[in-house]
Amino acid sequence: MLTGRSAQDELQVLRERKCNTEEYMIQFDNVTKIYEKGAQPAIDNVSLTIHDGEFVFIVGDSGSGKTTMIELMLKELTPTKGTITINDQNLNKLRSSQIAKYRRGVGVVFQDFRLLKDRNVYDNVAFAQRVIEKPGRVIKRRVPEVLTLVGLATKYRSFPKELSGGEQQRVALARALVNRPKVLLADEPTGNLDPKNSEEIMELLDEINTRGTTVVVVTHNREIVNQMQKRVIRLRKGVIVSDVEEGGYVED
Amino acid sequence: MKIRSIFYNAGQGIKNIGRNRMFSIASVATMAACIFIFGIFFSVVLNFTYIIRTVETNVGITVMFNEDLAQSDIDRIGSAIVDRTDLVKEIRYVSADETWADFSARYFAGHEDAAEGWENNNDNPLANSAHFEVYPNSIEQQDELVNYIEGLEGVRQVNQSQQASTTLSSMNSLIATVSIAIILILLIISVFLISTTITTGINVRKEEIGIMKLIGATNSFVRLPFILEGILLGLIGAAIPMVIVYFVYNSAISYMLGKFSVLNTFMSGLLPVNAVFKVLLPVSLILGVGIALIGSLIAIHKHLKV
Repeated sequence: MLTGRSAQDELQVLRERKCNTEEYMIQFDNVTKIYEKGAQPAIDNVSLTIHDGEFVFIVGDSGSGKTTMIELMLKELTPTKGTITINDQNLNKLRSSQIAKYRRGVGVVFQDFRLLKDRNVYDNVAFAQRVIEKPGRVIKRRVPEVLTLVGLATKYRSFPKELSGGEQQRVALARALVNRPKVLLADEPTGNLDPKNSEEIMELLDEINTRGTTVVVVTHNREIVNQMQKRVIRLRKGVIVSDVEEGGYVED
Repeated sequence: MKIRSIFYNAGQGIKNIGRNRMFSIASVATMAACIFIFGIFFSVVLNFTYIIRTVETNVGITVMFNEDLAQSDIDRIGSAIVDRTDLVKEIRYVSADETWADFSARYFAGHEDAAEGWENNNDNPLANSAHFEVYPNSIEQQDELVNYIEGLEGVRQVNQSQQASTTLSSMNSLIATVSIAIILILLIISVFLISTTITTGINVRKEEIGIMKLIGATNSFVRLPFILEGILLGLIGAAIPMVIVYFVYNSAISYMLGKFSVLNTFMSGLLPVNAVFKVLLPVSLILGVGIALIGSLIAIHKHLKV
């Protein structure tokens, strides 16, 4: 069992980050992304605002532009037109040397977990702190905290192959949260999980959101969207076709 | 970049070497071969240069005077030569009597009565053989010095003996040229192999690099392990041949000085191993690290788009 501050302490720290629905955390202003000249836009003139502390689903079929939105928010792509502002930073104006620092404020999890197979749970989470050059004493304190939060404190020595899919996604979440990002982006986080594990991961994301982190989940999992009753933005061929507060998954 | 990150990345670099064992061994082996050959040729060239210098100091120009030249004129010629400090290292006056004494000691040894016979007929058979022995600063200046002395009034003849030193000089140039050519080829192979090793490391860690970038690692943090890995390969590749060259050189000079005592007598021996390594060791380490850095940077530039 890892020692460190309890999950309650971690909860308190995150609660202090007051949810301010008046301020926006993510803003797309007439954003278009075209991969190749002459091709159909992957994202076509999208404008949207996500407030600080919100929980938002972005849904849509394959090719609707969901993943492009995530990649734009991670500054892996640059919009062809329009402006993206996240956490008070205009991503269009970020110089390459500033991208690393920007990404430290944005956590991300993927469908395929992307854990380092040759490292145990502790080292996978600590890795996120090491690469941003956090001191060892901070790593020793924060990693147990966040592993307690995701319910893996007892499995810190396990390697990814020894864990279930749900547990691996929890490790990925712990890695995304250990640097206390203001925004958490989840790209199909339940794509490789059974319904029970999917539900647990969504409960965890909800809990993280209640602690003040803005959560954006890209998914096509109808059950979880309907169950969560959160804001749902639906994309079709790169265009927002609906944006509903406390909505469900609407088929085309 | 913080110190702890350098240690962390050095650890990652060492792990990379372990992961790409075969490529790492190939890189180190080629690098070691390159530095070994460099070390051997460097030692040979350095010794040849040393021998040439020694020979040069023993090769003088003989300046003969017109017959019956007055001592004051000889002194004038001597002053004119001494004035050229840019060319002249040393000048020695050898009188006719000294020349005869030297000649008779060399050619009438054991037949002193015959030499006396010569002296009885004529005061000194080599009466006009007084001369200056002039030593230039370097062998390259010999021609210029000869031209200068020939232009002086009262000088009958200037003799020079360049054969030994020019032969050694041209041998030295040949060895240097051949070694530079071999070393250049090996250097190119080393750079290529190091670059391939680092590229393999980058490919093996592609996923990890992707994650690092997504969670906010700076470009320099992502690149550092690969640079350190290259430097480490370079250092190992340079250190191994240096140890071998040290022992080979030591044994070689002991053998040669024992076998060819002439080296000791006429050429003040060969350079001791410490004298050679004072230059060779830092040059080789810099060369090894330099090659490795170039190889790493090529791989990083081509395959690590961060």
